[in-house]
Amino acid sequence: MSRASDVLVIGAGVIGAATAYFAARAGLSVTLVDQGLPASGTSSACEGNILVSDKELGPELELTRYSLSVWKGELAEHRHLWEFEAKGGIIVASQPSSLESLNRVMSVQRGFGVAVEELDPAALRKAEPHINPAALGGAYYPEDSQVQPMLVAAQLVRLATEAGAVFHAGVTVTGMMRDGDRVTGVRTSRGDFAAGNVVNCTGTWAGEIGALAGVNVPVMPRRGFVMVTEPLPPMVHHKVYAAEYIDNVGSSDAGLQASPVVEGTPGGTILIGSTRERVGFDRTVSTEALRRLAQNATGLFPFLSSVRAIRHYHGFRPYCPDHLPVIGHDDRAPGLWHAAGHEGAGIGLSVGTGKLLSQALTGQATDVDLTPFAPARFGALDPTPMEASR
Amino acid sequence: MSDLTVDVAVVGAGPAGLAAAVAAAEAGAVVAVVDAGTQTGGQFWRHRPETGDADPDGHGHHDWNTFLDLRRRFRAGIAAGRVHHLPGLQVWMASKNDVDGFTLRTTRTVVGGEGVTPTVHAARLVLCPGGYDRQLPVPGWDLPGVMAAGGIQAFIKANGALPGKRFVVAGTGPFLLPVAANIAEAGGEVLAVLESSSLSKWFPHWKAAASVPGKALEGAEYAGIFARHRIPYKTRSIVTAVSGTDRVQTVSWAKADADGRAIPGTGGRYEDVDVIGFGWGFTPQMELPLSFGVQTRLDADGSLVAVVDERQESSVPGLFLAGEVTGVGGAVLAVLEGKAAGTAAADASAVVLPADVLPAKEAARRDRHRRFAQAMHQAHPVPHAWQEWLTPETLVCRCEEVPVSEVTQARSTLGAEDSRSLKSFTRVGMGWCQGRVCGFAGSCLGAGPGEPAAAASLASAAKRPLAVPVPISELASLND
Repeated sequence: MSRASDVLVIGAGVIGAATAYFAARAGLSVTLVDQGLPASGTSSACEGNILVSDKELGPELELTRYSLSVWKGELAEHRHLWEFEAKGGIIVASQPSSLESLNRVMSVQRGFGVAVEELDPAALRKAEPHINPAALGGAYYPEDSQVQPMLVAAQLVRLATEAGAVFHAGVTVTGMMRDGDRVTGVRTSRGDFAAGNVVNCTGTWAGEIGALAGVNVPVMPRRGFVMVTEPLPPMVHHKVYAAEYIDNVGSSDAGLQASPVVEGTPGGTILIGSTRERVGFDRTVSTEALRRLAQNATGLFPFLSSVRAIRHYHGFRPYCPDHLPVIGHDDRAPGLWHAAGHEGAGIGLSVGTGKLLSQALTGQATDVDLTPFAPARFGALDPTPMEASR
Repeated sequence: MSDLTVDVAVVGAGPAGLAAAVAAAEAGAVVAVVDAGTQTGGQFWRHRPETGDADPDGHGHHDWNTFLDLRRRFRAGIAAGRVHHLPGLQVWMASKNDVDGFTLRTTRTVVGGEGVTPTVHAARLVLCPGGYDRQLPVPGWDLPGVMAAGGIQAFIKANGALPGKRFVVAGTGPFLLPVAANIAEAGGEVLAVLESSSLSKWFPHWKAAASVPGKALEGAEYAGIFARHRIPYKTRSIVTAVSGTDRVQTVSWAKADADGRAIPGTGGRYEDVDVIGFGWGFTPQMELPLSFGVQTRLDADGSLVAVVDERQESSVPGLFLAGEVTGVGGAVLAVLEGKAAGTAAADASAVVLPADVLPAKEAARRDRHRRFAQAMHQAHPVPHAWQEWLTPETLVCRCEEVPVSEVTQARSTLGAEDSRSLKSFTRVGMGWCQGRVCGFAGSCLGAGPGEPAAAASLASAAKRPLAVPVPISELASLND
C-alpha cells in the first residue's frame, strides 16, 4: 500500500488539526492520525480560551498575538464553525497586593501594545453587576476571546481533509521508521506510514512519542478541574478571573492551586475554573479541588453560592519545565517536528502554531521566530526519567 | 446531621433497597439507607404522604403486602438502632478507598433546609438506584403535556390527582398497562394505549411467560380494567407526531410494520389530548455504579447494565448492586436481588456463598423472573426503524434544543459516531438533565439508522461526575 506523504501529523487535537490544516493549505500532502477521534484529549477538557490577558512580555505573548491575528484574519470566515466570541476578559483584584501586581502587568503589556483598560470599582461593577462588592478594581482586555475547542479540532480536521489531507482515526503510533538518524515515518497499530516529515502534536503524550525517536521532550501533565453550573439567565458577561491566576499560570508548584475563573456561556451555564496540580494522570475526583473552586467562585461572584453545579470535568494540560511550548524541527532526530506543551493556552495558540509550522515545513521564513520554542533546548538525546510521571 | 459510619450503606429505598436494608440489618449489620424520597417505597411503591404509624393505603398497587412487610421490618430495624434512615437525600458523589472503604456525599433532594447534609462511610455498599422511563424523540415531544408514562403514574401515586383529563399512553411494554389503568381508575379518560409491538412476539417465549403466573394474573386484572373503562389497546401502533399551539392538543398515530415503520394511509388522530405519556422500557440509573468503574454489559433491551455475580456483587469488591441496574426486571425480581445483596453485604468476611444469600426456592423464583424479563425485552423491543419517525426539526435534546439535523450533520461531516463526540460537537446531553432523557436516543443516532447503541456510547452518556446537581455553597463547605 502506498501511503507516503510529505507530512504525517500525530494527534488530532487542536494543535494537530491546525497543523494538518495549514500544511495541507500550503500544498503539502498530509496524513493525520489519532489514537481516537478528534479532540479526545486535552482539547475536549478545557475552556476554549484565547487569552492575551494572562501573558507577560516574552515569546509566548508574541505567539499569542500572532495566533489571535490568524483567528481574526485568515480564519475569520470560519468563525461561526467554532463559535468564536470576542467576549473580553476582566481581571479582578481583591487584595491590595494583587492590585499592585495587576497594575505592574498592565503597564508591561501596554508597552507591548496589548489593549487593556483599567477599571475602577464603579467601572468594574458596571461591566459585571454581580461582582463581589468588595473587589478593589480590575482590568479589561477587549481582545480576550473564546471558542468551542472540540468544534475547532473537528472542523479543522474536516477543512484539512477538504484541502487534501487524509485523516485516520483509531491509529496508535507504536514506533518510528528510521533511515540512519532520520525519521522517515511511523509504525502504527494499522501498519507503517512513510512521510518526509513527522509532526508530534500529542499534547500530554508528546514525551512518549519523543521517546520512540530517542529524544527527550519533557512535556508533563498538569491536572485542572472545571465546574459547570445549571443554566441561568446571563449573569456573568466576560471571562472574569482573579489577579492571583496570573501568578499560578507561571508557577511550577506541584501542590493544588486554584484561582477563580468564571465565565458565562451561550448555553446559559457558567464555567468555574480552574485548578492546577501536578499529580500525573490521576483521574480521581479531588474534593479539595471542588471545594477550592466553589469557594473561590463564590468569593468573586457571591450569587453563585445558591446556584447548583451540574457537572465537573478535568483535563491534563501539557506543559514543559520552562512553561514554553515546544514548537519546531528537532535537530536531534532529523525529520521529526514537535508542536506540544502549550499548557493552558493551547486552544488560543493552536492556529498560530499550525501556521508557523506550515511555513517552516515548506522552508519559508516564519512570521514569528521559533528559536525560543526549539526542541533542542532540552539538550539530552536520551529521554531522562520524567518528572511527575507517577 | 453529622457524619455516619456503618457496616453497610444502601442507596435507594424502593423494592431492591428496602429488601437489601432489611436483609442486612436482620443479618446483624448496622445499616444506613440514603433515599431521595421522603418515605420508603421508591417509584414502584410511591404513595400518598403517610400519616402516623398506620399502614399506608395500597390502592392501585401490586405486591403491597410485600411492601408492608418490608416496611414493618425496616421500622423494627430503626427501633433497634440497626437501621439509620436518611430520607430526602441524594448521593452526588460516591467513592471508595482502601482506608475508609466507601464514602457517600449527600445533598438534599429538594433545595433548601438547614444544616449540613451527612456524609456516610461504609465498609460495604449496596446501590439500588432503580431506573426511569426510556424516551425516544418524536416530532412534537418537546411540547408541554408530553410526559414519561411513569411520570404520570408517579403524579397520581403521590398526589392522588391527575395531571389532565384526556390521555394517550404510547410506547412499548407491559408497563403501559398499569399506567393506563391507574389513569382510568383515578377518573381520567384514556383515549388509547398505542403499543408498537405485536403481542405475537410473546409466542416464542411462552415458557418463560407461563413460569411466572403472577404476571398473567396482573394481565387479567388489567384486561378487566381496560374492558370496564373501554380503553382501546392498539398493537403495532405508533405515535407519528404530537402537535398543538402551545401545548399538546393532537396526537397523530399510524399502524406500524414489523420494524416499527409507519404504514402510510393507516391510523388517525386523537384531538383535545391533555397529556401523552411515553414509555419505551426503562433506563437503569447507572451514574453511581459507573463512577466506580464497574464491569458492564448490554442487556436484551439495549440498556447498559452492571455485571454482578450470584451474590449481586459487582466487579468492584464490596460493591453490591440490585434491581434495575443489573437488568430491568420489575419489583419482584428487585426484592429478591435486594435480599441477596443485603445478606451478602452484611457478611464482613466476604466469603458468603450464593446458597447462603437466597434459599433455593427464592433463587429459582429469581431465575424465573429473570427469564420472564428477557422474554419481555424480546417481545417489546425498541422498534428497529424508530429513527425514521424523526424529521430534521425534531429535537433530540430538549434541554439544549438540538434538532436531528444538527446531529446527523455532526455525524456525517465531523465523524461524531458516539455520544461523547455528539455531546462535544452539538451539545446533545449537555443540559439540565445531563443526558438522562436523550442519552439513549443520542447513542442510537450516533450509531446510525437501524443500529443499536454501543455500550461505550451508552456508558459515556451515563457518566455523571456529579450524580445529581449540588448547590455550590455545599461544595464550598466540603470536608475531606
